[in-house]
Amino acid sequence: MKILVCISHVPDTTSKINFTDNDSKFDTNGIQYVINPYDEFMLTRAMWFKEKQGATVTVVNVGDATTEPTLRKALAIGADDAIRVNAEATDGFFVAKQLVEVVKNGGYDLVLAGKESIDYNGGMVPGILASLLDYNFVNACVGLEVEGSDVKAIREIDGGEETLKASLPIVIAGQKGVVEEKDLRIPNMRGIMMARKKPLAVVEPVDASATTSAQKFEKPAAKGAVKLVDADNIDELINLLHNEAKVI
Amino acid sequence: MSVLVLAETSEGKFKKVALEATSYGKKVAEQLGTNLVVLSINAEDNSVLYNYGAEKVLSVKNDALNNFNAKIYAGIVSEAAKKENAEVVIVDSSSNGVYLAPIVAVNLEAGYASNVVALPESTSPFVVKRKAFSNKAFNHTEISTSVKLIGLAKNSFGVVENNVSGTEEDFVPSLVDSGISTESVEKSTGKVTIADADIVVSGGRGLKGPENWGMIEDLADVLGAATACSKPVSDLGWRSHEEHVGQTGKQVASNLYIAIGISGAIQHLAGINASKVKVVINTDPEAPFFKAADYGIVGDAFEVVPKLIEKLKEFKANNA
Repeated sequence: MKILVCISHVPDTTSKINFTDNDSKFDTNGIQYVINPYDEFMLTRAMWFKEKQGATVTVVNVGDATTEPTLRKALAIGADDAIRVNAEATDGFFVAKQLVEVVKNGGYDLVLAGKESIDYNGGMVPGILASLLDYNFVNACVGLEVEGSDVKAIREIDGGEETLKASLPIVIAGQKGVVEEKDLRIPNMRGIMMARKKPLAVVEPVDASATTSAQKFEKPAAKGAVKLVDADNIDELINLLHNEAKVI
Repeated sequence: MSVLVLAETSEGKFKKVALEATSYGKKVAEQLGTNLVVLSINAEDNSVLYNYGAEKVLSVKNDALNNFNAKIYAGIVSEAAKKENAEVVIVDSSSNGVYLAPIVAVNLEAGYASNVVALPESTSPFVVKRKAFSNKAFNHTEISTSVKLIGLAKNSFGVVENNVSGTEEDFVPSLVDSGISTESVEKSTGKVTIADADIVVSGGRGLKGPENWGMIEDLADVLGAATACSKPVSDLGWRSHEEHVGQTGKQVASNLYIAIGISGAIQHLAGINASKVKVVINTDPEAPFFKAADYGIVGDAFEVVPKLIEKLKEFKANNA
């Protein structure tokens, strides 16, 4: 099994989000970048397939050279090699078309990705990639087993779960549950040392035009001050929720 | 030319998000000076859609479609869009909506904007406002393809009545080979889900242990609400992962979110920001949640919540 794990390079979850250049660009000042948390679950699952089933694991990112430390971190966690497509990730279609080339050239039969990135939250790259490749596709995966070419995937649905059966080749977009949070891999010193020597190939992008463009950003309007209600005056809270907020 | 909405059903009934998408689609059609066509799959009664602006309903009835399958459903939406010459296609942000949308985008070569929260601010160029950075910001995105695909965020536009006299047409689409089969579906019955809930009651580490969740469930029962929890609570195994709301858990876009014993870490707030009204109950007046909430009580949950349940029961009895 040849696994490709798609890695987004995103601001740490504790980041304060600000914009610059007339609110047209994300302000990267002081931002720490991490592997997209959803992708981290998939990478850890890939490590399991590598150790238990002899799979090979390649990680890929579409981005400029500043994303390489994030790819190195994925290598330190245990991926065998990394590919960086040297282009700005302008929109979901553009990124998916780059990944199509990577998948075709590498012959990967299991493509893993987080269900969305925590920065643009597009939630479209895995599905577009699968459709362009004509691979099977499961979204919001919370449990994944592969035996030979048989795939069993559990998908989160509103209010429950469903179990799906499919076969390789497949694209799986997942989240917590594929592995548990406590089982996430953290790079150790040996992993970090070895990661320096692992191959990180830089490939140039193929021609593809974006179908959408993010033009301007804004932050939610500042919130008014909280109205505090005395703990002994629950009637007042109910009154406010009923007559003022009109939510009960 | 037209606007096409996929109106999702659950056991034959339209979901609230389907009526919201229809209401939204009607306004988009008005902006473009065209008609709204709504696609329904195995709905019992399509006429309800006329109350929300559906001028035409394409009704698909086929028992083979009782289990949702993203590729097959996406194929149906795409075929309907082509047949109706749709310029804008709208789906909701349910677990099924976000699954099928990227496939529709490829089928129709449509630019896709997910998590859209408002009507297009202009139609030429076509620009929509969407949530980004896990609810910490919005971005204005231009879709530059001739067909546009919108994923409407839940509870962002609302269900708006708009009576029209509509017509229904049977639609028999071709079904594509999917490659994926559904082996089983497990759904909690009789329980309000976080995805569908108008009100969510959520507990944090301040509740000290899983044995104290009885009052959270009681409060949720009185309000007809779903129960949820913070990340530490699900990490500690006090509650199941399905209840975890936050940046990497479930996103809540309810009308009312009540946080009990939750301090309000930035990752938690990111997951619940889209809720309209937030109430916090916490012993610590310095808890960051008070800065994000609309209403707050500084007090001990073990005293406040039982009183709140009792008072709400009285309120419900008087306002029934």
